[in-house]
Amino acid sequence: MFRLEPRASASLGWQIATPVLAVLATMLVGGILFAAMGFDPLAAIRTIFWDPLFGPASGYSRPQLLVKAGPLILIACGLALGFRAGIWNIGAEGQYIIGAICGAAVALAAYPLDAFWIFPAMILAGAAGGWAWGMIPALLRNWFGASEILVSLMLVYVAQKIAAWMAFGPMKNPEGFNFPGSRNLQQYEAAANPELIAGSGLHWGVVAAGVALALTWFVMSRHILGFQIRTAGAAPRAARFAGVRPERLVALCLGVSGALAGLAGLFEVAGPAGQITESFGSGYGFTAIIVAFLGRLHPLGILLAGLLMALTYIGGELAQMMLNLPAATVQVFQGMLLFFLLGFDILTRYRIRRRA
Amino acid sequence: MKRRTLLGSAAALVAASALPALAHGEKLKVGFIYVGPVGDGGWTFQHDLARKAVLEKYGDRVETTFIESVPEGADAERAITQLALSGHKLIFTTSFGFMDATVNVAKKFPDVKFEHATGYKTAENLATYDARFYEGRAVMGTIAGRMTKSNKIGYIGSFPIPEVVQGINSSYLHAKKVNPDVEMKVVWAYTWFDPAKEADAAAALIAEGVDVILQHTDSTAPLAKAQEAGAIGFGQASDMAAFKPTPRVSSIIDNWAPYYIKRVGAVLGGTWTSHSVWLGIGEGEVEIGEITEAVPAEVKAEAEALKAKIASGEYHPFTGPLKKQDGSDWLAEGQTASDEDLRGMNFYVEGITAPMPK
Amino acid sequence: MMTVLILLMGAATPILFAALGELVVERAGVLNLGVEGMMIGGALAGFAAAHATGSPAVGFAVAALAGAALSMLFAVMTQYLLSNQVATGLALVLFGLGLTAMFGKPYEGVKAPAMMAGPLGLNGMIWLGLALVPAVWWGLTRTRPGLILRAVGENHDAAHALGYPVRRVRILAIAFGGAMAGMGGAYVSIATVLQWTEGMTAGAGWIALAIVVFAQWNPWGVLAGAWLFGGVTVLQLRLQAAGVAVPVQLLSMAPYLATILVLVLISARQKFGRSGGGSAPGSLGRSFHALR
Repeated sequence: MFRLEPRASASLGWQIATPVLAVLATMLVGGILFAAMGFDPLAAIRTIFWDPLFGPASGYSRPQLLVKAGPLILIACGLALGFRAGIWNIGAEGQYIIGAICGAAVALAAYPLDAFWIFPAMILAGAAGGWAWGMIPALLRNWFGASEILVSLMLVYVAQKIAAWMAFGPMKNPEGFNFPGSRNLQQYEAAANPELIAGSGLHWGVVAAGVALALTWFVMSRHILGFQIRTAGAAPRAARFAGVRPERLVALCLGVSGALAGLAGLFEVAGPAGQITESFGSGYGFTAIIVAFLGRLHPLGILLAGLLMALTYIGGELAQMMLNLPAATVQVFQGMLLFFLLGFDILTRYRIRRRA
Repeated sequence: MKRRTLLGSAAALVAASALPALAHGEKLKVGFIYVGPVGDGGWTFQHDLARKAVLEKYGDRVETTFIESVPEGADAERAITQLALSGHKLIFTTSFGFMDATVNVAKKFPDVKFEHATGYKTAENLATYDARFYEGRAVMGTIAGRMTKSNKIGYIGSFPIPEVVQGINSSYLHAKKVNPDVEMKVVWAYTWFDPAKEADAAAALIAEGVDVILQHTDSTAPLAKAQEAGAIGFGQASDMAAFKPTPRVSSIIDNWAPYYIKRVGAVLGGTWTSHSVWLGIGEGEVEIGEITEAVPAEVKAEAEALKAKIASGEYHPFTGPLKKQDGSDWLAEGQTASDEDLRGMNFYVEGITAPMPK
Repeated sequence: MMTVLILLMGAATPILFAALGELVVERAGVLNLGVEGMMIGGALAGFAAAHATGSPAVGFAVAALAGAALSMLFAVMTQYLLSNQVATGLALVLFGLGLTAMFGKPYEGVKAPAMMAGPLGLNGMIWLGLALVPAVWWGLTRTRPGLILRAVGENHDAAHALGYPVRRVRILAIAFGGAMAGMGGAYVSIATVLQWTEGMTAGAGWIALAIVVFAQWNPWGVLAGAWLFGGVTVLQLRLQAAGVAVPVQLLSMAPYLATILVLVLISARQKFGRSGGGSAPGSLGRSFHALR
């Protein structure tokens, strides 16, 4: 028999090796699954994981990886801070939606004015909206001890209903033949978040994701706050003795992750998505949780994990197009990837010993 | 049918030299973007049937590709671009929400032809097409008006958009024509597809005394509920034949095949031009599924007569005198509704008591 | 009035099953967010079995097995490999939705056998759901296994020290939760819609999670919660059918806001030292690893 023995500190080697192992295992099991369904497993895996990067149309799909990964990374950075501290914000999807609505509200109120301050004001409104939505679970936890996991999750549904209400009511495009959905902000120059360099996929949201990565790295490894966060997560009692005020940490982590999610929503609605619709929340907030875990809550890891997730989305589309694989393939892949990662994760925290 | 094929190939011969895009023997790649899964049994399912019909018709002269469950917005634009990049020369985008994405991609690929369903923006290489579902609803309304015993018929709406409002008005007007005592109850489900919610919506209507249900949502759940309660209903988008002969007494079928075959043929023949069309029963785009034996023969005959009159263009379902719900005048005696009026329709006709959602 | 009640019962049954199952899981100290994934698994497996055998009863039995099987994936991950429960639950949702969409293709457009209406026009599953409420309550509060389960959920270290098999208890609870979610999902495909389509549970699993919190981890509260959440949908549709203008989106937010309010109230009561009423199990969501 074997038994598990906790490691004094997480093994660095395994921390790097497990995500790679998880990807390989996903490919292996995915390949078996495809073969069982009558598809050529090698072609399927190449189409999903290789073609978007180096295939014939990769000149287009590579920049698209950035477009897809940008919001995931931006949200995951904020989540990672909280997860490290043992603060579980799983309502980023709601903060993402509210941020987009607040940002779009500024633009729609200003329409058709052309002024330089509109886009900056939208950014502020987006961040503020996400921050406020994140502060609700923070304050309820601090004041009453309500679980932030459950409150933030409930607030996702409330945000989704608000988005639907906005699309059918206050934000409905007056020139849209009564169809639900706001004006398209891509077509309103002062509010649009276009590609900065044509064909690069780079928009302000991607830039913000880069800045967020750098700041997260700085805070986590170079700032006293990072130390407090890590201590609070690893040893809450010790953190208290070290002078960490848990209430402040809760408000900070949920507020910051809310603001980042709100920003992601704002850049999305002003750029790639273009408008507030009833189905605006397309799951970035939940997928970002996977990204944060897959990236081991570390900025570099989050960058790679965000790109990997984007790859499965875009590769999945290609596989549908080229091989007629069903759309659900992507979900199965993402689910498996996460399962394998979480499963292998035990190797980083525990040593396997033969029972004496 | 035969004649059209002959003409088509003749045109192809003429145009062959003028069209460098499609070299001799090269297959035409046709792409389809779907909003739902092909197995939704409704909207997307019907578009995919039409895709298969295209394949059957043109055999190895064409190759088709589809991407299903594409979210509206940024993902749609990428999916359409991927199709254009991989050599598809004709791309159908089959949901209203793909409109702006299709416009954007069409600008970048001037030599690719785009066809967008149910939208209102066209370009040199971007055509739109839509179906006059309200024509089919007129036939359903006639059957509903005759079949109801409680004089209450119900309509499950998806979203309060013009297409659905047209359907409600058309069914009500024609039910009323054959049964002046008829009353229309409307429930908005705010979804195109959510079986549990649609079932609840049907149940709510039944609890209000409704015994004939018309649905503008895509699942079969309302029919299942109707069956339990001894009410009747109609197939929506697809035939929903599994529920024959009752509760499903007939159906309104989206048949995109004739249009898709024609447009693919036009590209093959080099005669494709952009347009904005709105086709109905006459062109075979809106079909009435088999009227089952649960409907008395004289009602069936009446419904089929109406269908024939609409098909021939002799009768328009919105013919005056008609007033709006608030009592104001809409159409004068003998006047028919203009397409612009219908495309922006956001009011009920006089007699419907349900409030219009704001 | 009677018809409204019947409507309500029908709408509440899938979420009642799933929430009762999740309640037992959470009382054992495990937070399984994967309810939606297990429900959709049950919806497909149950439908397939009912279609193949012509018997809805067999369908529900198979759905329970399928839900339990999917939950074992979660159990192995969280109990043996000590993975994070939040992330594992999310993975289960993705995996369940994706897998069923892939393997459900042959069942599209096929109809399920009709269910028999039971006493008072309510089918057997509605009655079973109602009967399970007192059964779960009795099991949790009046039996020894229930006592052990609650002890494990409140403080797994103490329970372990007392010699209770923490891991085994939790795995059994997770399996029960999976079986219940599976049956709840199958109710949608077999009883409500009579067809299979991918993604057909449409978020019911997430509502079940909300209900458990709303219920303050009490089975009777779950019944009330299922009726509230099901009731709001039924009510707004009924009002519409009766010709009343309803702010649909605002109304459908209400149950979630009510859940947050309840959560705040019970947390506050606990924090400010007043006893009585339910509260979140002490070890909810935490991994357990015995050093000895």
